Amino acid sequence: MTSTLRHWIKSFTLFELLKGLSVTGRRLFSPKVTIQYPEEKTPISPRFRGHHALRRYPNGEERCIACKLCEAVCPALAINIELEEREDGTRRTTRYDIDMFKCIYCGFCEEACPVDAIVETRIFEYHFEERGENIVTKDRLLAFGDKHETMVAQDKAADAPYR
Amino acid sequence: MDFVLSIWNAFPEWVQTVLVILIKIVAILLPLILAVAYTTYAERKVIGYMQVRMGPNRVGPKGWLQPIADVVKLMFKEVILPNKSSRFVFYLAPVLALAPAFVAWSVMPFQAQMVLADINVGLLFILAITSLDVFGIILAGWASNSKYAILSAMRAGAQVVSYEIAMGFALVGVLMAAGTMNLSGIVEAQSGGITHWFVWPLIGLFLVYFISGVAETNRAPFDVAEGESEIVAGFHVEYSGMAFALFFLAEYANMLLISALAAILFFGGWLSPFQGVDFLTELPFIGVLLGNGIHWLLLKTAFFIFLYLWFRATFPRYRYDQIMRLGWKILIPVTLVWIFGLGIAIALGWQPWLS
Repeated sequence: MTSTLRHWIKSFTLFELLKGLSVTGRRLFSPKVTIQYPEEKTPISPRFRGHHALRRYPNGEERCIACKLCEAVCPALAINIELEEREDGTRRTTRYDIDMFKCIYCGFCEEACPVDAIVETRIFEYHFEERGENIVTKDRLLAFGDKHETMVAQDKAADAPYR
Repeated sequence: MDFVLSIWNAFPEWVQTVLVILIKIVAILLPLILAVAYTTYAERKVIGYMQVRMGPNRVGPKGWLQPIADVVKLMFKEVILPNKSSRFVFYLAPVLALAPAFVAWSVMPFQAQMVLADINVGLLFILAITSLDVFGIILAGWASNSKYAILSAMRAGAQVVSYEIAMGFALVGVLMAAGTMNLSGIVEAQSGGITHWFVWPLIGLFLVYFISGVAETNRAPFDVAEGESEIVAGFHVEYSGMAFALFFLAEYANMLLISALAAILFFGGWLSPFQGVDFLTELPFIGVLLGNGIHWLLLKTAFFIFLYLWFRATFPRYRYDQIMRLGWKILIPVTLVWIFGLGIAIALGWQPWLS
Protein backbone atom coordinates (compact mmCIF):
# COMPACT_ATOMS: atom_id res chain seq x y z
CA MET A 1 0.00 0.00 0.00
CA THR A 2 2.61 2.51 1.09
CA SER A 3 4.86 1.50 -1.79
CA THR A 4 2.00 2.13 -4.24
CA LEU A 5 1.41 5.50 -2.63
CA ARG A 6 5.10 6.33 -2.78
CA HIS A 7 5.16 5.31 -6.43
CA TRP A 8 2.19 7.57 -7.14
CA ILE A 9 3.72 10.55 -5.40
CA LYS A 10 7.02 9.95 -7.14
CA SER A 11 5.33 9.76 -10.54
CA PHE A 12 3.10 12.77 -10.16
CA THR A 13 5.79 15.06 -8.78
CA LEU A 14 7.93 14.03 -11.79
CA PHE A 15 10.66 13.22 -9.29
CA GLU A 16 12.82 11.07 -11.55
CA LEU A 17 12.45 13.43 -14.49
CA LEU A 18 13.60 16.35 -12.34
CA LYS A 19 16.53 14.27 -11.16
CA GLY A 20 17.55 13.65 -14.75
CA LEU A 21 17.13 17.31 -15.58
CA SER A 22 19.34 18.30 -12.66
CA VAL A 23 22.15 16.13 -14.03
CA THR A 24 22.10 17.77 -17.45
CA GLY A 25 21.54 21.14 -15.81
CA ARG A 26 24.75 20.77 -13.83
CA ARG A 27 26.68 19.68 -16.91
CA LEU A 28 25.60 22.89 -18.66
CA PHE A 29 28.06 24.78 -16.47
CA SER A 30 30.88 22.26 -16.24
CA PRO A 31 34.09 22.94 -18.20
CA LYS A 32 33.98 21.66 -21.78
CA VAL A 33 36.30 18.90 -22.93
CA THR A 34 36.35 19.76 -26.63
CA ILE A 35 39.79 20.13 -28.21
CA GLN A 36 39.69 22.89 -30.84
CA TYR A 37 41.70 20.86 -33.33
CA PRO A 38 43.79 23.11 -35.57
CA GLU A 39 44.61 25.43 -32.67
CA GLU A 40 44.83 22.83 -29.91
CA LYS A 41 46.16 19.30 -30.23
CA THR A 42 46.24 16.27 -28.02
CA PRO A 43 49.67 14.93 -27.01
CA ILE A 44 50.98 12.23 -29.36
CA SER A 45 52.83 9.10 -28.28
CA PRO A 46 56.33 8.46 -29.71
CA ARG A 47 54.86 5.16 -30.95
CA PHE A 48 52.32 6.97 -33.11
CA ARG A 49 52.07 5.41 -36.57
CA GLY A 50 51.63 8.09 -39.21
CA HIS A 51 53.33 8.93 -42.48
CA HIS A 52 56.24 6.60 -43.41
CA ALA A 53 59.85 7.64 -43.83
CA LEU A 54 63.09 5.95 -44.92
CA ARG A 55 66.06 6.74 -42.73
CA ARG A 56 69.78 7.13 -43.46
CA TYR A 57 72.91 6.43 -41.46
CA PRO A 58 74.72 9.51 -40.14
CA ASN A 59 77.23 9.23 -43.01
CA GLY A 60 74.44 9.72 -45.53
CA GLU A 61 74.17 6.11 -46.71
CA GLU A 62 70.60 4.85 -46.86
CA ARG A 63 69.82 2.16 -44.32
CA CYS A 64 67.54 -0.03 -46.39
CA ILE A 65 69.26 -3.20 -47.60
CA ALA A 66 66.35 -4.44 -49.71
CA CYS A 67 65.77 -7.55 -47.58
CA LYS A 68 62.06 -7.32 -48.47
CA LEU A 69 60.94 -8.33 -44.96
CA CYS A 70 58.60 -5.35 -44.85
CA GLU A 71 57.15 -6.26 -48.22
CA ALA A 72 56.59 -9.81 -46.99
CA VAL A 73 55.02 -8.86 -43.69
CA CYS A 74 52.79 -6.12 -45.03
CA PRO A 75 49.21 -7.41 -44.54
CA ALA A 76 47.80 -4.91 -47.03
CA LEU A 77 50.37 -5.58 -49.75
CA ALA A 78 51.07 -1.86 -49.84
CA ILE A 79 54.85 -2.07 -50.26
CA ASN A 80 56.61 -2.72 -53.57
CA ILE A 81 60.37 -3.23 -53.71
CA GLU A 82 62.83 -3.77 -56.54
CA LEU A 83 66.57 -4.14 -55.95
CA GLU A 84 70.00 -4.30 -57.51
CA GLU A 85 73.52 -5.12 -56.45
CA ARG A 86 75.83 -2.14 -56.38
CA GLU A 87 79.41 -2.16 -57.67
CA ASP A 88 80.76 -2.39 -54.10
CA GLY A 89 78.71 -5.55 -53.62
CA THR A 90 75.95 -4.13 -51.33
CA ARG A 91 72.28 -4.65 -51.93
CA ARG A 92 70.17 -1.52 -52.30
CA THR A 93 66.66 -0.81 -53.54
CA THR A 94 65.99 0.74 -56.90
CA ARG A 95 62.36 1.12 -56.13
CA TYR A 96 60.54 1.41 -52.81
CA ASP A 97 56.85 2.36 -53.22
CA ILE A 98 54.23 2.52 -50.51
CA ASP A 99 50.63 2.82 -51.58
CA MET A 100 49.17 5.04 -48.86
CA PHE A 101 45.62 4.03 -49.80
CA LYS A 102 46.36 0.35 -49.24
CA CYS A 103 48.42 0.94 -46.09
CA ILE A 104 46.57 0.25 -42.87
CA TYR A 105 49.25 1.84 -40.65
CA CYS A 106 49.78 -1.34 -38.64
CA GLY A 107 53.48 -0.70 -38.14
CA PHE A 108 54.54 -4.26 -39.06
CA CYS A 109 57.05 -2.96 -41.64
CA GLU A 110 58.77 -0.97 -38.95
CA GLU A 111 58.87 -3.98 -36.62
CA ALA A 112 60.16 -6.28 -39.34
CA CYS A 113 62.96 -3.99 -40.46
CA PRO A 114 66.37 -5.32 -39.25
CA VAL A 115 68.12 -1.99 -39.84
CA ASP A 116 65.43 0.46 -38.72
CA ALA A 117 65.21 1.86 -42.23
CA ILE A 118 61.44 2.13 -42.71
CA VAL A 119 59.72 3.94 -39.84
CA GLU A 120 56.35 5.45 -39.24
CA THR A 121 56.54 9.02 -37.99
CA ARG A 122 54.13 10.88 -35.78
CA ILE A 123 53.07 13.06 -38.70
CA PHE A 124 49.48 12.39 -39.63
CA GLU A 125 48.52 15.67 -41.30
CA TYR A 126 49.23 15.14 -44.98
CA HIS A 127 47.16 14.98 -48.10
CA PHE A 128 47.28 14.13 -51.81
CA GLU A 129 46.23 16.59 -54.45
CA GLU A 130 46.42 14.46 -57.56
CA ARG A 131 45.78 10.87 -58.53
CA GLY A 132 48.94 8.82 -58.19
CA GLU A 133 50.38 10.87 -55.36
CA ASN A 134 49.12 8.24 -52.96
CA ILE A 135 51.97 5.99 -54.14
CA VAL A 136 54.90 7.40 -52.23
CA THR A 137 58.19 6.67 -53.97
CA LYS A 138 61.62 6.01 -52.55
CA ASP A 139 62.78 9.57 -53.24
CA ARG A 140 59.92 11.07 -51.34
CA LEU A 141 60.26 8.64 -48.45
CA LEU A 142 63.99 9.42 -48.15
CA ALA A 143 63.34 13.15 -48.38
CA PHE A 144 60.66 12.85 -45.72
CA GLY A 145 63.09 10.95 -43.51
CA ASP A 146 65.81 13.58 -44.01
CA LYS A 147 63.40 16.36 -43.16
CA HIS A 148 62.22 14.83 -39.90
CA GLU A 149 65.31 12.86 -38.90
CA THR A 150 65.79 14.56 -35.50
CA MET A 151 62.20 13.94 -34.49
CA VAL A 152 62.23 10.34 -35.72
CA ALA A 153 65.51 9.66 -33.91
CA GLN A 154 64.10 11.07 -30.68
CA ASP A 155 60.90 9.02 -30.97
CA LYS A 156 62.78 5.81 -31.66
CA ALA A 157 65.15 6.46 -28.77
CA ALA A 158 62.20 7.11 -26.45
CA ASP A 159 60.55 3.85 -27.46
CA ALA A 160 63.75 1.77 -27.61
CA PRO A 161 63.63 0.41 -24.00
CA TYR A 162 60.28 -1.25 -24.72
CA ARG A 163 61.17 -2.96 -27.97
CA MET B 1 7.67 63.52 -44.60
CA ASP B 2 4.77 65.52 -46.03
CA PHE B 3 5.46 63.96 -49.40
CA VAL B 4 5.24 60.45 -47.99
CA LEU B 5 2.08 61.39 -46.12
CA SER B 6 0.48 62.79 -49.27
CA ILE B 7 1.22 59.56 -51.12
CA TRP B 8 -0.25 57.63 -48.22
CA ASN B 9 -3.43 59.75 -48.23
CA ALA B 10 -3.80 59.27 -51.96
CA PHE B 11 -4.62 55.57 -51.40
CA PRO B 12 -8.26 54.66 -50.90
CA GLU B 13 -9.10 53.68 -47.36
CA TRP B 14 -9.37 49.92 -47.92
CA VAL B 15 -5.91 49.88 -49.49
CA GLN B 16 -4.57 51.66 -46.43
CA THR B 17 -6.17 49.07 -44.15
CA VAL B 18 -4.71 46.21 -46.17
CA LEU B 19 -1.29 47.85 -46.20
CA VAL B 20 -1.30 48.40 -42.45
CA ILE B 21 -2.24 44.77 -41.87
CA LEU B 22 0.47 43.59 -44.25
CA ILE B 23 3.06 45.71 -42.47
CA LYS B 24 1.93 44.27 -39.16
CA ILE B 25 2.21 40.74 -40.52
CA VAL B 26 5.75 41.41 -41.71
CA ALA B 27 6.57 42.95 -38.35
CA ILE B 28 5.49 39.72 -36.67
CA LEU B 29 6.85 37.20 -39.17
CA LEU B 30 10.33 38.63 -39.70
CA PRO B 31 11.31 38.53 -36.01
CA LEU B 32 9.61 35.14 -35.79
CA ILE B 33 11.70 33.66 -38.60
CA LEU B 34 14.85 35.19 -37.11
CA ALA B 35 13.90 33.74 -33.75
CA VAL B 36 13.44 30.34 -35.37
CA ALA B 37 16.87 30.56 -36.98
CA TYR B 38 18.51 31.43 -33.70
CA THR B 39 16.51 28.82 -31.81
CA THR B 40 18.27 26.20 -33.93
CA TYR B 41 21.58 27.78 -32.97
CA ALA B 42 20.57 27.91 -29.30
CA GLU B 43 19.49 24.28 -29.50
CA ARG B 44 22.83 23.07 -30.82
CA LYS B 45 24.69 25.23 -28.37
CA VAL B 46 22.65 24.25 -25.29
CA ILE B 47 22.65 20.55 -26.10
CA GLY B 48 26.36 20.77 -26.83
CA TYR B 49 27.04 22.40 -23.49
CA MET B 50 24.93 19.83 -21.67
CA GLN B 51 26.94 17.07 -23.35
CA VAL B 52 30.15 18.84 -22.26
CA ARG B 53 30.88 19.87 -25.86
CA MET B 54 31.14 23.35 -27.31
CA GLY B 55 28.54 23.34 -30.07
CA PRO B 56 28.97 25.34 -33.28
CA ASN B 57 31.63 28.02 -32.81
CA ARG B 58 33.39 28.36 -36.16
CA VAL B 59 31.11 30.43 -38.40
CA GLY B 60 31.42 34.03 -37.27
CA PRO B 61 32.25 35.09 -33.72
CA LYS B 62 31.19 32.30 -31.35
CA GLY B 63 29.30 30.71 -34.24
CA TRP B 64 26.63 33.41 -34.39
CA LEU B 65 26.46 33.21 -38.19
CA GLN B 66 25.85 29.45 -38.17
CA PRO B 67 22.07 29.69 -38.79
CA ILE B 68 22.69 32.10 -41.69
CA ALA B 69 25.17 29.65 -43.20
CA ASP B 70 22.63 26.83 -42.78
CA VAL B 71 19.92 28.81 -44.53
CA VAL B 72 22.21 29.72 -47.43
CA LYS B 73 23.24 26.10 -47.79
CA LEU B 74 19.65 24.87 -47.80
CA MET B 75 18.61 27.49 -50.35
CA PHE B 76 21.19 26.30 -52.83
CA LYS B 77 20.30 22.64 -52.46
CA GLU B 78 18.07 20.93 -54.95
CA VAL B 79 14.55 19.90 -53.94
CA ILE B 80 14.44 16.31 -55.11
CA LEU B 81 11.10 14.83 -56.07
CA PRO B 82 11.09 11.10 -55.28
CA ASN B 83 10.18 8.68 -58.02
CA LYS B 84 6.46 7.79 -58.18
CA SER B 85 5.57 10.34 -55.53
CA SER B 86 2.54 12.55 -55.73
CA ARG B 87 4.03 15.74 -57.12
CA PHE B 88 1.35 18.23 -56.13
CA VAL B 89 0.85 16.92 -52.60
CA PHE B 90 4.59 16.57 -52.13
CA TYR B 91 5.10 20.29 -52.73
CA LEU B 92 1.91 21.27 -50.91
CA ALA B 93 2.74 19.45 -47.66
CA PRO B 94 5.52 21.74 -46.35
CA VAL B 95 3.36 24.77 -47.01
CA LEU B 96 0.47 23.15 -45.16
CA ALA B 97 2.77 22.44 -42.24
CA LEU B 98 4.18 25.95 -42.14
CA ALA B 99 1.05 28.05 -42.71
CA PRO B 100 -0.84 27.07 -39.50
CA ALA B 101 2.32 27.56 -37.46
CA PHE B 102 2.46 31.16 -38.70
CA VAL B 103 -1.29 31.86 -38.75
CA ALA B 104 -1.62 31.03 -35.05
CA TRP B 105 0.64 33.99 -34.26
CA SER B 106 -2.00 36.39 -35.54
CA VAL B 107 -3.95 36.27 -32.27
CA MET B 108 -0.87 36.38 -30.07
CA PRO B 109 -0.93 39.43 -27.79
CA PHE B 110 2.61 40.74 -27.39
CA GLN B 111 1.64 43.56 -25.10
CA ALA B 112 -1.51 45.42 -24.10
CA GLN B 113 -3.18 46.48 -27.40
CA MET B 114 -0.30 44.98 -29.38
CA VAL B 115 -2.05 42.20 -31.26
CA LEU B 116 -2.81 41.68 -34.95
CA ALA B 117 -6.30 40.23 -34.55
CA ASP B 118 -7.89 40.82 -31.16
CA ILE B 119 -10.67 38.25 -31.54
CA ASN B 120 -12.80 36.98 -28.69
CA VAL B 121 -12.26 33.30 -29.44
CA GLY B 122 -8.46 33.55 -29.54
CA LEU B 123 -7.89 30.37 -27.55
CA LEU B 124 -10.31 28.38 -29.68
CA PHE B 125 -8.73 29.78 -32.83
CA ILE B 126 -5.28 28.68 -31.72
CA LEU B 127 -6.54 25.20 -30.84
CA ALA B 128 -8.21 24.90 -34.25
CA ILE B 129 -5.22 26.19 -36.20
CA THR B 130 -2.58 24.14 -34.41
CA SER B 131 -4.63 21.01 -35.11
CA LEU B 132 -4.21 21.68 -38.82
CA ASP B 133 -0.45 21.18 -38.48
CA VAL B 134 -0.87 17.43 -38.60
CA PHE B 135 -2.19 17.65 -42.17
CA GLY B 136 1.16 18.82 -43.43
CA ILE B 137 2.90 15.92 -41.72
CA ILE B 138 0.44 13.27 -42.87
CA LEU B 139 0.39 14.53 -46.45
CA ALA B 140 4.19 14.73 -46.50
CA GLY B 141 4.41 11.15 -45.29
CA TRP B 142 1.87 9.95 -47.80
CA ALA B 143 3.21 11.87 -50.78
CA SER B 144 6.81 10.75 -50.20
CA ASN B 145 6.06 7.19 -51.32
CA SER B 146 8.43 5.82 -48.66
CA LYS B 147 7.68 3.32 -45.94
CA TYR B 148 9.59 5.31 -43.35
CA ALA B 149 7.66 8.45 -44.17
CA ILE B 150 4.26 6.78 -44.07
CA LEU B 151 5.07 5.06 -40.75
CA SER B 152 6.13 8.37 -39.31
CA ALA B 153 3.06 10.14 -40.63
CA MET B 154 0.85 7.53 -39.00
CA ARG B 155 2.66 7.88 -35.68
CA ALA B 156 2.60 11.65 -35.80
CA GLY B 157 -1.08 11.68 -36.65
CA ALA B 158 -2.03 9.39 -33.77
CA GLN B 159 0.20 11.26 -31.35
CA VAL B 160 -0.93 14.77 -32.24
CA VAL B 161 -4.60 13.80 -32.18
CA SER B 162 -4.24 12.11 -28.77
CA TYR B 163 -2.39 14.93 -27.12
CA GLU B 164 -4.67 17.54 -28.62
CA ILE B 165 -7.36 16.32 -26.22
CA ALA B 166 -5.24 16.61 -23.09
CA MET B 167 -4.05 20.02 -24.24
CA GLY B 168 -7.60 21.15 -24.98
CA PHE B 169 -8.73 20.14 -21.50
CA ALA B 170 -5.81 21.98 -19.94
CA LEU B 171 -6.83 25.09 -21.85
CA VAL B 172 -10.44 24.61 -20.68
CA GLY B 173 -9.11 25.02 -17.15
CA VAL B 174 -7.50 28.29 -18.13
CA LEU B 175 -10.60 29.71 -19.70
CA MET B 176 -12.66 28.64 -16.68
CA ALA B 177 -10.28 30.54 -14.44
CA ALA B 178 -10.09 33.59 -16.69
CA GLY B 179 -13.70 33.64 -17.79
CA THR B 180 -12.72 34.64 -21.33
CA MET B 181 -11.22 33.16 -24.46
CA ASN B 182 -9.61 36.41 -25.54
CA LEU B 183 -5.88 35.99 -25.01
CA SER B 184 -5.42 39.61 -23.94
CA GLY B 185 -8.32 39.13 -21.54
CA ILE B 186 -6.66 36.02 -20.11
CA VAL B 187 -3.49 37.99 -19.45
CA GLU B 188 -5.43 40.87 -17.91
CA ALA B 189 -7.19 38.39 -15.62
CA GLN B 190 -3.76 37.50 -14.18
CA SER B 191 -2.74 41.07 -13.39
CA GLY B 192 -1.74 41.90 -9.84
CA GLY B 193 1.72 40.40 -9.38
CA ILE B 194 3.32 37.01 -9.48
CA THR B 195 0.89 35.43 -7.00
CA HIS B 196 -2.02 36.06 -9.35
CA TRP B 197 -0.62 34.07 -12.26
CA PHE B 198 -2.69 31.07 -13.24
CA VAL B 199 0.23 28.71 -12.83
CA TRP B 200 -0.37 28.52 -9.06
CA PRO B 201 -4.01 27.36 -9.01
CA LEU B 202 -3.55 25.43 -12.27
CA ILE B 203 -0.09 23.90 -11.74
CA GLY B 204 -1.30 20.43 -12.75
CA LEU B 205 -2.93 21.76 -15.88
CA PHE B 206 0.23 23.68 -16.70
CA LEU B 207 2.33 20.52 -16.48
CA VAL B 208 -0.16 18.64 -18.65
CA TYR B 209 -0.24 21.54 -21.09
CA PHE B 210 3.51 21.71 -21.46
CA ILE B 211 3.98 17.95 -21.70
CA SER B 212 1.33 17.73 -24.39
CA GLY B 213 2.85 20.79 -26.02
CA VAL B 214 6.14 18.94 -26.31
CA ALA B 215 4.31 15.92 -27.71
CA GLU B 216 2.28 18.10 -30.07
CA THR B 217 5.39 19.57 -31.66
CA ASN B 218 6.93 16.10 -32.01
CA ARG B 219 9.95 17.07 -29.95
CA ALA B 220 12.09 14.83 -27.78
CA PRO B 221 11.19 12.83 -25.72
CA PHE B 222 8.06 12.39 -27.84
CA ASP B 223 9.81 12.45 -31.22
CA VAL B 224 8.76 9.02 -32.43
CA ALA B 225 7.64 10.72 -35.63
CA GLU B 226 11.24 11.57 -36.39
CA GLY B 227 12.84 8.64 -34.55
CA GLU B 228 16.23 8.69 -36.22
CA SER B 229 17.24 5.28 -34.93
CA GLU B 230 14.24 3.43 -36.34
CA ILE B 231 12.64 5.41 -39.18
CA VAL B 232 15.58 7.55 -40.35
CA ALA B 233 14.05 11.03 -40.21
CA GLY B 234 10.36 10.30 -40.36
CA PHE B 235 7.97 12.21 -42.54
CA HIS B 236 10.59 14.55 -44.01
CA VAL B 237 13.04 11.83 -44.97
CA GLU B 238 12.49 12.46 -48.70
CA TYR B 239 12.61 16.24 -48.46
CA SER B 240 15.70 18.28 -49.21
CA GLY B 241 16.64 21.91 -49.66
CA MET B 242 14.08 24.56 -48.91
CA ALA B 243 11.18 22.09 -48.69
CA PHE B 244 12.98 20.49 -45.76
CA ALA B 245 13.74 23.91 -44.34
CA LEU B 246 10.01 24.72 -44.34
CA PHE B 247 9.30 21.68 -42.15
CA PHE B 248 12.09 22.76 -39.87
CA LEU B 249 10.70 26.28 -39.75
CA ALA B 250 7.22 24.94 -38.96
CA GLU B 251 8.49 22.74 -36.14
CA TYR B 252 10.41 25.56 -34.49
CA ALA B 253 7.65 28.12 -35.06
CA ASN B 254 5.32 25.69 -33.29
CA MET B 255 7.78 25.35 -30.43
CA LEU B 256 7.90 29.12 -30.10
CA LEU B 257 4.10 29.24 -30.24
CA ILE B 258 3.67 26.65 -27.49
CA SER B 259 6.25 28.46 -25.35
CA ALA B 260 4.67 31.87 -25.88
CA LEU B 261 1.23 30.42 -25.13
CA ALA B 262 2.54 28.84 -21.93
CA ALA B 263 3.83 32.27 -20.93
CA ILE B 264 0.53 33.96 -21.79
CA LEU B 265 -1.88 31.43 -20.34
CA PHE B 266 -0.09 30.48 -17.14
CA PHE B 267 2.65 33.01 -16.50
CA GLY B 268 0.93 36.33 -17.09
CA GLY B 269 2.26 37.07 -20.59
CA TRP B 270 3.69 40.57 -20.71
CA LEU B 271 2.88 41.23 -17.04
CA SER B 272 5.80 41.86 -14.77
CA PRO B 273 6.20 39.59 -11.73
CA PHE B 274 6.83 42.77 -9.72
CA GLN B 275 3.46 44.22 -10.62
CA GLY B 276 1.88 45.76 -7.53
CA VAL B 277 5.26 46.31 -5.84
CA ASP B 278 5.15 50.04 -6.47
CA PHE B 279 8.53 51.12 -5.13
CA LEU B 280 10.29 48.85 -7.68
CA THR B 281 8.33 49.91 -10.76
CA GLU B 282 8.73 53.57 -9.83
CA LEU B 283 12.53 53.44 -9.79
CA PRO B 284 14.00 55.98 -12.24
CA PHE B 285 15.50 53.84 -15.00
CA ILE B 286 15.14 50.14 -14.19
CA GLY B 287 11.54 50.85 -13.26
CA VAL B 288 10.58 50.66 -16.93
CA LEU B 289 12.28 47.29 -17.25
CA LEU B 290 10.73 45.98 -14.05
CA GLY B 291 7.27 47.14 -15.13
CA ASN B 292 4.98 45.40 -17.61
CA GLY B 293 6.17 45.11 -21.18
CA ILE B 294 6.87 42.88 -24.13
CA HIS B 295 10.32 42.02 -22.75
CA TRP B 296 8.70 39.94 -20.01
CA LEU B 297 6.82 37.91 -22.61
CA LEU B 298 10.04 37.37 -24.58
CA LEU B 299 11.90 36.41 -21.42
CA LYS B 300 9.27 33.87 -20.37
CA THR B 301 9.08 32.46 -23.91
CA ALA B 302 12.86 32.10 -24.00
CA PHE B 303 12.71 30.21 -20.72
CA PHE B 304 10.22 27.69 -22.09
CA ILE B 305 12.26 27.30 -25.27
CA PHE B 306 15.20 26.53 -23.02
CA LEU B 307 13.06 23.91 -21.28
CA TYR B 308 12.38 22.30 -24.67
CA LEU B 309 16.11 22.09 -25.37
CA TRP B 310 16.81 20.87 -21.86
CA PHE B 311 14.28 18.06 -22.29
CA ARG B 312 15.84 17.06 -25.56
CA ALA B 313 19.28 16.89 -23.97
CA THR B 314 18.00 14.84 -21.05
CA PHE B 315 15.26 12.35 -21.85
CA PRO B 316 15.43 9.24 -23.99
CA ARG B 317 12.64 8.71 -26.52
CA TYR B 318 9.37 7.20 -25.30
CA ARG B 319 8.21 3.98 -26.84
CA TYR B 320 5.16 4.39 -29.03
CA ASP B 321 2.77 2.50 -26.74
CA GLN B 322 4.11 4.39 -23.72
CA ILE B 323 3.29 7.66 -25.44
CA MET B 324 -0.26 6.53 -26.05
CA ARG B 325 -0.59 5.30 -22.47
CA LEU B 326 0.71 8.58 -21.06
CA GLY B 327 -1.61 10.63 -23.22
CA TRP B 328 -4.84 8.69 -22.80
CA LYS B 329 -4.56 7.06 -19.38
CA ILE B 330 -2.68 9.66 -17.37
CA LEU B 331 -2.80 13.17 -18.80
CA ILE B 332 -6.49 13.19 -19.78
CA PRO B 333 -7.75 11.84 -16.40
CA VAL B 334 -5.51 14.30 -14.57
CA THR B 335 -6.96 17.23 -16.49
CA LEU B 336 -10.51 15.96 -15.94
CA VAL B 337 -10.01 15.70 -12.18
CA TRP B 338 -8.39 19.14 -12.08
CA ILE B 339 -11.18 20.74 -14.12
CA PHE B 340 -13.73 19.10 -11.82
CA GLY B 341 -12.01 20.53 -8.75
CA LEU B 342 -11.75 23.90 -10.43
CA GLY B 343 -15.46 23.81 -11.26
CA ILE B 344 -16.34 23.12 -7.64
CA ALA B 345 -14.07 25.96 -6.49
CA ILE B 346 -15.70 28.38 -8.92
CA ALA B 347 -19.21 27.21 -7.97
CA LEU B 348 -18.41 27.83 -4.31
CA GLY B 349 -17.09 31.27 -5.22
CA TRP B 350 -13.65 30.33 -3.98
CA GLN B 351 -11.41 32.02 -6.53
CA PRO B 352 -8.28 33.20 -4.77
CA TRP B 353 -6.59 34.14 -8.04
CA LEU B 354 -9.15 36.84 -8.71
CA SER B 355 -8.76 38.67 -5.43
